Amino acid sequence: MAPARKRKIRLVVALSAAVLLAGALVYTSLLSSNKAVTPSDLLSAKAGASYQLTGKVVDGSVRNTSSGVDFRVRDREGTAAVPVTYSGAVPDPFREGREVIITVRKQGATFVGERDSLVTKCPSKFTEDATQRS
Amino acid sequence: MDIVALLVILAVLCAVVALVSAPLRGRAVDRVRAESDDEIAELEARKEAKYREIRDAELDMRTGKLSQEDHRALDRQLRAEAVEILKALDDARG
Amino acid sequence: MATVGRALLILALAVALYGVAASVYGAVRGRDEWVASGRRSVYAIAALVTGSFAILEIAFLRSDFSFATVASHSSTTTPTFYKGAAAWSSQEGSLLLWLWLLSLWSSLVLFATRRQLRRVAPYATAVLLGFAAFFAALLVFKETPFELLAVVPAEGAGLNPLLRHPSMMIHPPMLYSGYTLFTIPFAFAIGALIARQVGAADWIRATRRFALGAWLFLGIGILLGARWSYAELGWGGYWAWDPVENASLLPWLTGTAFIHSIMIQEKRGMLKIWNVSLVLATGTLAILGTFLVRSGILDSIHAFGASTLGVPFVILIGVLIASSIGLVVLRRNELRSENRLDSLLSREAIFLLNNLVLVAMAFVVFWGTFWPLIAEALTGTRRALGPPWFDTYTVPLAIVLVLLSGIGPVIAWRRATVSNARRNFLLPALAAIAVGALLAVFGAATRPLALAMFVCGAFVVASVGQEFWRGVGVRRAMTGENALVALRSLVARNRRRYGGYLVHVGMALLFVGVAASTAFNDARDVRLAPGQSVRSGDYTFTYERATSHISTRGGDLEKISFGAVVDVSRDGRHVTTMRPERGYYPSRDVAGLGPVGRFFEGEATSEIGLDAGLRRDIWTAMTPDIRRLLPTIEEGDRVFSAAAGRLEPELEGQALGMALKGIVDKYLADRPEATFRVISSPLVTWIWIGSIVVFLGGLIALWPGPDAARRRVTARYAARVAEDLGRA
Repeated sequence: MAPARKRKIRLVVALSAAVLLAGALVYTSLLSSNKAVTPSDLLSAKAGASYQLTGKVVDGSVRNTSSGVDFRVRDREGTAAVPVTYSGAVPDPFREGREVIITVRKQGATFVGERDSLVTKCPSKFTEDATQRS
Repeated sequence: MDIVALLVILAVLCAVVALVSAPLRGRAVDRVRAESDDEIAELEARKEAKYREIRDAELDMRTGKLSQEDHRALDRQLRAEAVEILKALDDARG
Repeated sequence: MATVGRALLILALAVALYGVAASVYGAVRGRDEWVASGRRSVYAIAALVTGSFAILEIAFLRSDFSFATVASHSSTTTPTFYKGAAAWSSQEGSLLLWLWLLSLWSSLVLFATRRQLRRVAPYATAVLLGFAAFFAALLVFKETPFELLAVVPAEGAGLNPLLRHPSMMIHPPMLYSGYTLFTIPFAFAIGALIARQVGAADWIRATRRFALGAWLFLGIGILLGARWSYAELGWGGYWAWDPVENASLLPWLTGTAFIHSIMIQEKRGMLKIWNVSLVLATGTLAILGTFLVRSGILDSIHAFGASTLGVPFVILIGVLIASSIGLVVLRRNELRSENRLDSLLSREAIFLLNNLVLVAMAFVVFWGTFWPLIAEALTGTRRALGPPWFDTYTVPLAIVLVLLSGIGPVIAWRRATVSNARRNFLLPALAAIAVGALLAVFGAATRPLALAMFVCGAFVVASVGQEFWRGVGVRRAMTGENALVALRSLVARNRRRYGGYLVHVGMALLFVGVAASTAFNDARDVRLAPGQSVRSGDYTFTYERATSHISTRGGDLEKISFGAVVDVSRDGRHVTTMRPERGYYPSRDVAGLGPVGRFFEGEATSEIGLDAGLRRDIWTAMTPDIRRLLPTIEEGDRVFSAAAGRLEPELEGQALGMALKGIVDKYLADRPEATFRVISSPLVTWIWIGSIVVFLGGLIALWPGPDAARRRVTARYAARVAEDLGRA
């Protein structure tokens, strides 16, 4: 085979592999990603679908249960809130008033958190609580 | 405190200006190599890379990654390339 | 002092801007004195930023709460070691650390190349100064670490207890050293493109060590972060595909590709476009990594509440991408390859394949990380991808990568013959298959991907082992040295080669650890009463009894801990006793909290119980149920609020201490239930062992070869002799 032709074949193979990978990426990411939502978006949520919920833990709403915690998540700014039940240990920074991200699935009236999906935003990086600046 | 701070800042400013402007005042210019030296440096870099390639090929042969015949052919080719670089080096050095 | 610190930063910004102009002017006009002045600007910035960083550090060490950043990130009760490190736990402090490291590394590379790279270095200086100017401007105009408080608080908010872990303190400087070091090859590549020197070998030689150092530091930084997550967070994992983790992984992946493919350019003058694109992409990704952490654009555990840094960073990244692409297109003629690939069965071809895999991996990670933004642009709604999506792609790619890292070392440059290849692959392949068969018999076949990783890992260890064995054999045959001496001199004479091989072994061990601990770990979340137990893997965890204690530091209460004594046994035999705890740090923010309640409203951290071993790790974390204490705490709040102001402060302190002691004792008396997470996970330790091997290998490859240095000196003397003789 002529070297130029060989190179062309290699190029075509490499390019089609890249195109295949890109196609698979787009397809699977559309298929398996969860809609990122805030609590107010969830008021009209469908049962069974899963969502990535971002919001703040409502003050006074955290209750320990036999397998984990129940709490309510509200909009960052606003009062719309949804109940969440999560089994397993909560991350260390988890606290009322903190911002959390959790993957949930609607079951009945509450939203059940997926195992290990609860993330509390790292408080070290929050400057909101800091001492009042001059 | 404020006056001290001001003095410190002024002193630092003077030091920085002195440091940065020294070459412009004709002092302490690090001797940068001339254009031809740059070419020599480039050739030196190539020569070293080529030598390393020759040594690597020999180690590859000794550790059984290259057959004797392959190594002979490769070595001849590499040495020829090295000679080219050495010639160019001699030319550049004048 | 704050005024001085701030003034130093403003000066640094001014000098950086001047330096950019001086360097470019000097380069364009060929005026060496301006170029030298530009280079000295970098040294000056290093000095200025060192001064300003020292002022900040002193403020932290002296607990000078007139500094806003000290008041919100440190306290008098913070241990001294962490006081010093608290400086970079804040946004402004970490930007200053970035600038400081950038100025130091830039000074180092420019000093090392001060007599070389006449055409490339001035532009590289300008690029590095441009970065310095950008970060200095952020520190001067957006996030200053030298903001003062009008009212100086008596006590600071303290360093977040979660960050009080040695690896968390070394993690940021390592990561930032990696990021800033990657800007150096970036700057020199830009310089080489502008100066039409991109095909040359000497700028690559001058920056190779910096690229390797960047790769090593960034890798250590990533691993320290993983180690922190495993040992400090009550979660038990080390990697979660969090956007910020991904951001640090991206430049590391492209950097890994670069340090391999650049060898092909050095040896063969091939792949110039590819290499220069990789360097530019790596530098840009390093800046992007900083940006992701610092901007809060993606929802992440590290994201800042509100950040003002988004826009400047987006502009900077836009400029970097546009100028990189523009320059590569403009200089495409100089980037033509000098040679062709001789054979698909050669080390070059394997490197090329490894590059494609690494770049594909980087692309996957990039896509997944930015998918929320891409999806928002495409569909109007933000969507997020979870770890399983990442695993789908990265696991097979990682397996291929490990396999390639075993093939590379035993295949020759340029061309390998089939018969030679067969001879070289026979033993490692047999070893790998034997290991695979053995593991399959013992039940690893249930997880085919993990099994594939074990087989590939065994292949790498065997093939690199064979390489060392043969190398030592050759050396012994040549010199008659004994095996150990032969090994030492073999490595010393071929540092890059054997250091690199060691890195491959380390990575293989690391990936085997990752595969084993993800595929075969057994994690349980349970709520237990004292006396109850749970099984995880082969181990039985029994919650024996509750513990509680109050820790003080310097007369102040530091934290209140509730914990558990957990007995771990296997087949009825005692294995170990673990004491996981959860510590409650008092809230500094007293407004709205009860005098007793505030001790339970602050940060809480887990002290995990860990029994690490070569074969398996046993890990536990516990969360106490302090609900039962709430009535007591509320009662205490009522009593102390009513008594407020009527007691002597000293008496009040004593009474408070007794009340807390009472609460702590009550917790024990209650025989409380607690929530546990127990994990038994095989081979986790090999992740850390593998990283140490990688680190050692990296050091060997980086270490300046004494013979090379000596050769250069000898060559210089020889040249001088020749010159002198010619003159005579």
